[in-house]
Amino acid sequence: MIEVRGLTKAFGAVRAVDAASFEVPAGELLALVGGSGSGKTTLLKMLNRLIEPDAGSVWIAGRPANAVPDHVLRRNIGYVFQKVGLFPHMTVAENVAITPFLLGWSREAIAERVAELMALLELDRSFGHRYPAELSGGQQQRVGVARALAARPELMLLDEPFGALDPITRDRLQQSFASLRRKLGMTAILVTHDMAEAMLLADRIGVLQAGRLVQIATPREILAHPATEYVERLMETPRRQARVFDALCDGVGRA
Amino acid sequence: MTHFATGSVVREEFALLPHLLTAHLALTLFPLLVGVCLSIPLGILCARSQWLEHLALNAAGIVQTVPSLALLALMVPLLGALGITSIGFLPAFLALVLYSVLPILRNTVTGLAGLDPAITEAALGVGMNARQRLLRVELPLALPIIVAGVRTATVWTVGAATLATPVGADSLGNYIFAGLQTRNVASVLVGCVASAALALGLDGLGRVLLAGVTRSNRGLTWTALAAFGALYLYAGSALASRAAGARNDTIAIGAKTFTEQYILSQILAGQISRTTGYPCEVKQSLGSSVVFDALAGGSIDAYVDYSGTIWSTVMKRTEVPAERADLVRQMKTFLLEQRGIQVVARLGFENSYALAMRRSRAQELGVHSISELSSLSPHLTIGGDYEFFGRPEWKSLTAAYGLKFQAQTSMDSSLMYQAVHQGVIDVLSAFSTDGRIVALDLVVLDDDRRAIPPYDAVVLAGKRLAREHPRALEALRRLSGRIGAQQMRAMNLEVDAGGVSPRATAQHFLSELMSNPPMPGAAP
Repeated sequence: MIEVRGLTKAFGAVRAVDAASFEVPAGELLALVGGSGSGKTTLLKMLNRLIEPDAGSVWIAGRPANAVPDHVLRRNIGYVFQKVGLFPHMTVAENVAITPFLLGWSREAIAERVAELMALLELDRSFGHRYPAELSGGQQQRVGVARALAARPELMLLDEPFGALDPITRDRLQQSFASLRRKLGMTAILVTHDMAEAMLLADRIGVLQAGRLVQIATPREILAHPATEYVERLMETPRRQARVFDALCDGVGRA
Repeated sequence: MTHFATGSVVREEFALLPHLLTAHLALTLFPLLVGVCLSIPLGILCARSQWLEHLALNAAGIVQTVPSLALLALMVPLLGALGITSIGFLPAFLALVLYSVLPILRNTVTGLAGLDPAITEAALGVGMNARQRLLRVELPLALPIIVAGVRTATVWTVGAATLATPVGADSLGNYIFAGLQTRNVASVLVGCVASAALALGLDGLGRVLLAGVTRSNRGLTWTALAAFGALYLYAGSALASRAAGARNDTIAIGAKTFTEQYILSQILAGQISRTTGYPCEVKQSLGSSVVFDALAGGSIDAYVDYSGTIWSTVMKRTEVPAERADLVRQMKTFLLEQRGIQVVARLGFENSYALAMRRSRAQELGVHSISELSSLSPHLTIGGDYEFFGRPEWKSLTAAYGLKFQAQTSMDSSLMYQAVHQGVIDVLSAFSTDGRIVALDLVVLDDDRRAIPPYDAVVLAGKRLAREHPRALEALRRLSGRIGAQQMRAMNLEVDAGGVSPRATAQHFLSELMSNPPMPGAAP
């Protein structure tokens, strides 16, 4: 579905992303993880050319990403932003409808698609006429996901989509996103700094360290055989949390 | 001396209101429209380029620091140097365009720069191109701030447009300038209240537009837009009909910014229209050099100037000929040959610069002539109008008499007589025909070394009048020798202190002129 070869970007002297190469087959979710400054967001933004790479190539569904104007490319790739980025002067329905509108869909097709997405993301239909500022953070990000899905993109890119939400809302949204993705058979690349989230949602995990993709494998494989000491350390946190949690649960069970 | 005008004067003022208000509206709306059309695209470019932003905002800021009166006045020689008609609507329009740029530009730049980067990135993320992002996201979100800038510019422009009067564009400033000079408080008030009301009205309409836009209320938005559209149509048609009709058959008479000139311009206009029936209009309160340029450039057809003024400021001569008539002769030849301007008539009086003092103060010091003043001058203060201390006459006075005052103060000519009367200044550079010399019991000091040239009041006429309206020229010629110094002083006093309008004074003069035969031996 998407094939990335030697993708590189430098900001001044700093190589934010250094010769990253990977493939994501159709229907798979790849999580990109790493500490802050590891280059994961830069890598994601090069995939839909929000950032133009210095070197390397991106192929999507067999076509090079730079074969079409960047805005045309982006209309076929859903993008969910960490800061949501809903347009405050447009209603929820207008926000969801924006990409189909830009693609020139008919009014009826747009209305039908908006209603479908509102239902899919469990958004009350009355929200359609409201403005984003009237919604809670969790509801806003549901609208953000609906907007990204609106034009039935072949690929979804998600930049820490649940990072700014409170834990309960985040958990609910992760659950509904996981089931949605399975239902739609969606190909997606998710950037996160939350290892537990990556484990929960991803088919495979790519670990970035200082701009280099140091390991890319299934969660199980990464846990079993971390490629570097850095990867091992990253995995240590969810592991320890799980052990503490298990111990606590056991204690509760015995009592 | 300040007075509230009598009923007839007030009626006369209000009769002008529709015309001046319309002219002021046009002078506000069209510069604003051009200002908006320049500033918003420029602001958009600035938001994309750091160095352009610096350049444009600094340039607009510098324009803003130029006092608006000076900015308007600067347009006259600037346009003149380019060989364009430099009096009237155009210079005022250009200055006001420049003046309106800064608030709109600054708010456009601020509005666009202040947008949440998450939202502008999202606009790209959903697949907008640069144009779609600008039109669908950036401009709508920055609009409230941009509209606020336009509203600021509106209020500024309404205010600055009152200063268009001295460059020859009619505005509500006509009330203010003339009212200040003739001490007619009612006139000043009419001008201020009307321009304040206009500013509030336009700002209110801007507020409705803003409310419509921010609340996405189409009814409100369209109502405000329709109201603006109607105002533009109205002002535009008034401007167009004036431009089309006025210059062809109306004879324009100019006047400088003091009482005597207001009266004389009304006399000239009245004399032409009563003897020939041609329609005349008076362009009041033109700057002293503006009015001459206006005549030479054909923006006005006639006005009254003074031989000494032409001698020193236009002909740039410093020596003073022995004969008063000789100066007029030389001036006549010069104006006709160099500028195509005719000296039509010598009115008969002289309005000279003269040094004057309060009678009691002059007696106390024992001063009768300027040469007696010279040794005392280091202990005395002198006041004069804005022009005087920069004029060649002042240089030749100080050179001829060795004057060196303790202090010299420029002030408005309507205030300086009071200043010398109250003892704020000791010596005043007065106008010899000013009625207040008598009214305030001032004495004029004798120019015993003849440092100041004679200032015969002369009627000057432009080329067009001789070519197209010889009968009007003939009518003006009949004013030769008909106004004596005594009479001029009386008429000035009547307006300045008596609450009579310049027009009424002029009409009274003309009706008396009809019943009296011409004085013998007064040729131009």
